[in-house]
Amino acid sequence: MKRIAAGVLALGLMATTASADIKIGAIVAETGPASALGDPEAKTIRMMVDALNAKGGIKGEKVRLVLYDDGADPSKAKTFATRLVEDDEVVAMVGGTTSGSSMAILAVAEEAKVPFISLAGAIEIIDPVKPYVFKTPHTDRMACLKIFADMKARGLTKVGLISGTDGFGASMRVQCLAVAKASGIEIVADETYGPKDADMTPQLINMRNTPGIQAILNSGFGQGPATITRNHQQIGLTLPLYQSHGVASNAFIELAGAKTAEGVRLPGTALLVGELLSPDDPQKPVVLAYKASFEAAAGAPVSTFGGYAHDAMRILIDAMGRASSSKPAALRDAIEATSGLVGTTGTYSYSPTDHLGLDLSAFRILEIRDGGWKLVN
Amino acid sequence: MRLSSKQATLLVLAVLILVSPAFFPSNYYYRVGAMVFVNAIAVVGIAILTGYAGQISLGHAGFVGIGGYACALMPLHFGVPPLLAVVLGATLSGVIAWLVGRPILRLKGYYLAVASLGFGVLVAMVLANEGQVTGGPDGIKVPDPGARAWLTGLGLELSNAQFWYVFTGLFLLAGAWLALNLNDSATGRALRALHGSEVAARTVGVDVARAKLMAFVISAVYASVAGSLLALQNRLITPDVAGYMHSIELVTMAVLGGAGSVLGAILGAALLTLLPQVLTVLQDYEHVVLGLVMMAVMIFLPAGLLPSAQRFMRGRGE
Repeated sequence: MKRIAAGVLALGLMATTASADIKIGAIVAETGPASALGDPEAKTIRMMVDALNAKGGIKGEKVRLVLYDDGADPSKAKTFATRLVEDDEVVAMVGGTTSGSSMAILAVAEEAKVPFISLAGAIEIIDPVKPYVFKTPHTDRMACLKIFADMKARGLTKVGLISGTDGFGASMRVQCLAVAKASGIEIVADETYGPKDADMTPQLINMRNTPGIQAILNSGFGQGPATITRNHQQIGLTLPLYQSHGVASNAFIELAGAKTAEGVRLPGTALLVGELLSPDDPQKPVVLAYKASFEAAAGAPVSTFGGYAHDAMRILIDAMGRASSSKPAALRDAIEATSGLVGTTGTYSYSPTDHLGLDLSAFRILEIRDGGWKLVN
Repeated sequence: MRLSSKQATLLVLAVLILVSPAFFPSNYYYRVGAMVFVNAIAVVGIAILTGYAGQISLGHAGFVGIGGYACALMPLHFGVPPLLAVVLGATLSGVIAWLVGRPILRLKGYYLAVASLGFGVLVAMVLANEGQVTGGPDGIKVPDPGARAWLTGLGLELSNAQFWYVFTGLFLLAGAWLALNLNDSATGRALRALHGSEVAARTVGVDVARAKLMAFVISAVYASVAGSLLALQNRLITPDVAGYMHSIELVTMAVLGGAGSVLGAILGAALLTLLPQVLTVLQDYEHVVLGLVMMAVMIFLPAGLLPSAQRFMRGRGE
C-alpha cells in the first residue's frame, strides 16, 4: 500500500520539470459539457503561444505554456490553479471557461498574487474589482442592455423573456430582469426551459397569448435557442425574435436552418462579420487576421469563445512586452495599464476600477439574412 | 502484542497521512491530498452500503450536494456557523436517506439503485433551478469556517492547502475508524450476513430491512460530510457535485479499490483522484488511458485493487 502510494507520488513528481523560460498557465474546459467553448479556446491559446515563440518570444525569452483541461469542474479547476502557481510556477494564468471554474481559479490567483485573465461571462468575476483578476468577455448585463436598446429603437417595449435553466441562461435572465426597467422595457412574460428540452412550443404559445407582447428574447446557449427558433416559425409567430450572444456563431444558423432563422437578431462581436465591417473600423484587421490564422491552424470556423481567448492572450502578450520584469506583480500592473488594445471582442482599456475594460460599442446587433449575417445600423 | 486487523488498518492510514507530506515539494500536493481524503470519506460510506450491505446507490452525489450546500446556504440564510452547518447538513442527509430508504429497502432487488438515481437527479435539478435560494448553475460562495485563523492565533501557521490536508485527514481517520468499528459490531455482522444471503440472514433473525436502511443512512451521512468539506475547502460549491456523473464516479472508486474493505475504498478514491493529475502529461490521451486503467482493473482484478493485492501477497507468503 505504502509502496503504491510512493510510486504514484513519484509519477506525479516526474510530471513537472523545471525550465528557465517564462511560463504561463491556462485552464480551459477542453472536454466535458463546456467543450464547445473550451476547445476553440485551447486551440487559440496554443496557436498564439507557438506564433509568439516563432517570432522570438518576449524580449528574447521563450514563453512556455502549461495548459490543463478542467472538464468544466470547478473543483478540478481549483486543483489545477494550485498546481500552476505552486508547482509550475507560472507568472500569469488565462482560462476559466465557465463562470464556476473562473470563480474557483480567481480565489487561488488572489491568494498567490498571480494575474488571471478569465474567459467567462459572469459579472461577479470582476465586480467587485479584485487586484489580480481581469476578464475579456462582455457581461450578460451588457448583452441585455444592447438588445433592449435595439428593441427600444424599433418601438418594441413589451417583451417576453424565455431562458434556459443552465448557467448561461439563468445568469443572463437575472441580468436582463435587473436592467429592463431602466432601459424602458417591460417584461410581460418570463418562461424557462431545460437545456436538453426538445420542444418549447408550450412556452411560446403562452407568450403568444400574453396581451400586449411585442417581441421575444431568448437567453440561452447550445441547442435550446435553435429549437426555439424552429418552434417560433412552426407555430407561425410573427413577433420579432432576439437571441443572445451565446449563439452568435454560424453553427446556430445551420442548427436552426437558414430559412427558419431569417430575421432573428442577436448581439454579436465583430468576429462574426469581419468582412462586413467598414474598412476604417479598427477591429477589422485584427478580426480578419485571427480568423485566417485560426481557421488555417484548427481547420474549423472561428467562434466568439476562441475570440475571448485570443483577446486574453493579446492583452497578456502586450503586457509582458511592456512590463518592467516578468514577475507576476509587474505583469499585473502592466495588464491593468492596458489601454486601447483592439481585440476581436472589442477595444480594451483597463483601469484600477475597471477590470473588464469594454463598453457597449463592443457589441454589434446582427440580423440573420439569407443564411448569413447582416449588420444592423 | 499483536495488532488486530482494525488497528493495523488505522495505523497504516495514519502513518500514510503523516509521512506523505515529507515527499511534498509544494502546496499543490497538499491540495491533491486533501481532495483524495474528501473523496475517500464519501467512498468509505459507499463501502458500507455496497461492500457491507450489498446495496447499490446511484444517487449518493445528491447527499454530497446537500452537505455542500448546507455549508453555503445555512450560514447565508440563517446565520449558522459553517462548522455547525456540517453537522446540520449531515443530519438532514441522514433524515432524507431514512425517508427515501424506508419504503424502498423493504423490497428485494435493485430498487434502491433506481430510486437513488432519481433522488440524485432531483437534488441536482433543484440546486441548479432554484437560483434565488441556491445561486443557480454557476454555484454559490461558501464562508470561511475560521478554523485556520484560530490555529494561526494559537501560533500554528499553516498554509491554506496544509490546513485542509490536516483537517480532511482527521475526518478521514475518524470516518475509517467508525466504519471499521461498525464492521465488527452486531449491525456489521447482520449487514455481512444479508450481503451473503438475504434469506439466510432473515432465517437467523436479522431484521433485513432495518439493517439495510441503517447502512443507507450511515453512508448518506458520510457523503454529506464529504460534500461539506469539499465546499468549505473550495469556498465555492456548484450543482454538478450533486450530478449523476459524480455519483457514478463515487461508485467506481469504491468498486475499483475493492468495495468490501475500508482501505480498498480509500485506495480507489486515491487512484481516481491522482490518475487525472498524473495523466495530464499525456494530454489528448488522458481520458483513453484513464478508461483503459479502469477496464484493466475490472477485468484482471474483479474483486478490486486491494482485495486482489492481499490475495496475491498471501499466496506468495505461503
